[in-house]
Amino acid sequence: MTRPAGASTAGTAGVPRSPSATGRNWRQVIRDQPLIPLIALLAVLVVVLEFASPGIVNANWLGTTLRSAIPLAILAACQTLAMLTGGIDLSVGAVASMAAYLIGTLSPSQGPLVAIVIAVAACAIAGLVNGVGIGVFKVHPLIMTLGMSLVVLGLMSVYQLAMVQQGVHIVDALRFVGSGISFGFLPNSLIVFVPIAVIIVVGLRRTGYGRLLFAIGDNPIAARLAGARVWQVHVALYMLSGILAAIAGMLLSGLNNTATVSLVEQQVLPSVAAAVIGGTSIMGGRGGYAGTIVGALILTVVTTLLNVLEMPEAVKQILFGVIIVVVAAAYTRVSGDS
Amino acid sequence: MTVVAPELLLNATDVAKHYGAVVALRSASLAVRPGEVHALMGANGAGKSTLVKILTGGVRPDRGTILVRDRPFVARSPAEARRGGVVSVYQEPALIPDLDVRSNLRLTQSPIEATRHWLAELGLPELSLADLVRDLPLASLRIIDLARALAIEPDVLLLDEMTAALPANLTERVLEVVGRQRGTERSVIFISHRMIEIAAVCDRATVLREGETVGVVDVTAGSENRIVALMLGDIASDLPARVAAVAASANRPADVRPRLSARNLSVGTKLSDVSFDLFPGEVLGVVALEGQGQDELFDVLSGSERPSSGEVQVDGAAASFRHPADAIRAGLVYVPADRAEALLMQRSVRENIALPFSTRFGAWGPIDLRSEGQKVDAAIKTLQIDTRAASEVRRLSGGNQQKVTIARWVAGGIRTMLCFDPTRGIDIGTKQQIYALLRDLAAAGTAVLLYTSELKEIQLACDRAIVIFRGRIVAEIPVADADEPTLLRAAYDLKPDAVMPEELAAETMSAEAAGAEAAVADAAVGAVASQAGSGGTQ
Repeated sequence: MTRPAGASTAGTAGVPRSPSATGRNWRQVIRDQPLIPLIALLAVLVVVLEFASPGIVNANWLGTTLRSAIPLAILAACQTLAMLTGGIDLSVGAVASMAAYLIGTLSPSQGPLVAIVIAVAACAIAGLVNGVGIGVFKVHPLIMTLGMSLVVLGLMSVYQLAMVQQGVHIVDALRFVGSGISFGFLPNSLIVFVPIAVIIVVGLRRTGYGRLLFAIGDNPIAARLAGARVWQVHVALYMLSGILAAIAGMLLSGLNNTATVSLVEQQVLPSVAAAVIGGTSIMGGRGGYAGTIVGALILTVVTTLLNVLEMPEAVKQILFGVIIVVVAAAYTRVSGDS
Repeated sequence: MTVVAPELLLNATDVAKHYGAVVALRSASLAVRPGEVHALMGANGAGKSTLVKILTGGVRPDRGTILVRDRPFVARSPAEARRGGVVSVYQEPALIPDLDVRSNLRLTQSPIEATRHWLAELGLPELSLADLVRDLPLASLRIIDLARALAIEPDVLLLDEMTAALPANLTERVLEVVGRQRGTERSVIFISHRMIEIAAVCDRATVLREGETVGVVDVTAGSENRIVALMLGDIASDLPARVAAVAASANRPADVRPRLSARNLSVGTKLSDVSFDLFPGEVLGVVALEGQGQDELFDVLSGSERPSSGEVQVDGAAASFRHPADAIRAGLVYVPADRAEALLMQRSVRENIALPFSTRFGAWGPIDLRSEGQKVDAAIKTLQIDTRAASEVRRLSGGNQQKVTIARWVAGGIRTMLCFDPTRGIDIGTKQQIYALLRDLAAAGTAVLLYTSELKEIQLACDRAIVIFRGRIVAEIPVADADEPTLLRAAYDLKPDAVMPEELAAETMSAEAAGAEAAVADAAVGAVASQAGSGGTQ
């Protein structure tokens, strides 16, 4: 998390010089630069992986790791943005799967472009409904998006019955972008991901909308008193989240060369975990997307590591849970009222 | 009973605490004798709150020793502090809203009969323990908190701004009960920004400034001068000249159109038929006892609530606000009393001040960081905000936080400002800066509506005052006549020639207290004329 230049220079200029003020201890560092310990943790995990299976860390490994981290990071962007306002979006799994399945079933008859437009529009509408429910009717985001995920899954099941004999067709372009790797280590999905990441990271800091997301998460009453129409921010947020989920769904269907109505369901909780590990507070008002990206990478490397160590699925899930809880507890210690 | 009372009941020496780079306490000491009411004084940011938190187990000190009855006092939680003999009544009521009063008492294992006894002593004999806390007014909650603390019979009772949200009659009962602790085995540490209360009940005062204990003063008639001098350090000097400008700006040409007019405004049963005009370049004071409809008036004007009848006019045209954004677009900006309502506590000073810039849908795009920075820096300079802890507003002192809530509107250019008790719970130095700022804004053509719970502020900052009682405007008083006795009479809706009720007279008019107040005013801000004289005649 970085803060505007003006404020930070003002902050350091007048620091009192008493001996006890040298307390820029590790907590302070982590609070001001949460990326440093995160990247250090990532590096440690990579080193451990190399020890566990010598020779595994190479260009090819880098390419496949990035390739599977990118859809997760995009889903985690949905969670990061929602969590900054104190919300969450549990419908990303169903919505992303819907995008993948709609494209898979519609592209043979409608052509890939029309299919993609329809899928993205459907996801945006799901997000719109989420946003209206949360922003206008004040339904808690957890409940609203959980309900939405059930509704979408149900609708898709009905649709699936109608489409059952048609089968799915994965658009070549999605397969190329979702699973291709260029120059031996650069996944093609970077073409999609880099602009998204840059827009979110910069946008959170340097746009009025980004500031409002933080403001609403910190204190919705203050935001309202300052003139913000909070419902508008929520509607825009969850629509954006739906569109990002659609993009992640497309990449995953290309990556796995398949499309089902529950394709992305497995990624919902990891997407929340990536945002939490990346330092975004689930209580709102604190966090950022750069940390989330590193969080997604950490989760991907941990998964690889557990696979390499041939851990059973149960152990993997236990370790995942433990990591998330420990990291969340550590953040609370660091950023709480110390 | 041959127990020899210890020399000191509570003895804290060389206590220090820093938060990261910000030093909250440098070296504080506090010595409380048994049976005394001891005032803890200090401007906001002096370290008072931190010392209180240390004594009540909220915060661990970095250094220093604390003895209670000559035993080391270590408190890692409020419960541990309580076992050590120190019980505090916090600024915010520590009661669970969804439980009734009795359940709240049980929850904290407070003796119920004793609490009921103290409730009666404190002026709430009719309070039912079956009432849900959520349904009780703030003043009652504070009294319950205090009664509960008294019932535990702690060695040291710590009252932090206990009287801040209380109406006059309850304040008087509280002071009377606190005064009764004198000469007993137990002591009270009393924190208040109202010098008149200090003079009324306290034996000695410890003064903090910039995290250090700078003096311990015996409270006698006239010692307030010394306390204020200790608290202020060198800030005191530059104010009288600016406040003297007040009277000069009172004459206004007859043909000026009002910036804001209220016409027959009503809100439910709380506000009835309120009409007034607010002109550009004036500060209009609003005076009312707690809960007379002033909250609803400000909610309507700031767009948070819709009136049930009547009209708001801005620059002569009817205006209807469905959202604070509508009021802001019409040039009406609102500074709430509760800073927790106005600020983004985890965000920087800069983001807090710039918040209104990006709230409109059209301003969601990229921010012009340079122009934002210039506006913010100018506002920080205008308000003299201490930016040492600028990265998170929650680390600022209360006074600086309040300045940020005002700076937010000053930065964007300002036409009409609605201030609801902007100086509540902040120190004298910052208060004076805010008065001066209001005068400067008015001089530049801003219209200011100022509700204040401190009657003295009317003559320091306003051009005239309206008085609200039970939802109606009962008086309009020009600044020259708006001394405290006049305002207080009007606030109770007493006719000028009526005799004031005895308890009221006792609270505000005791010759000693009035004298003390005048002395404070002399020292701090120059004359609050005629206070001592008119007080003496009662």
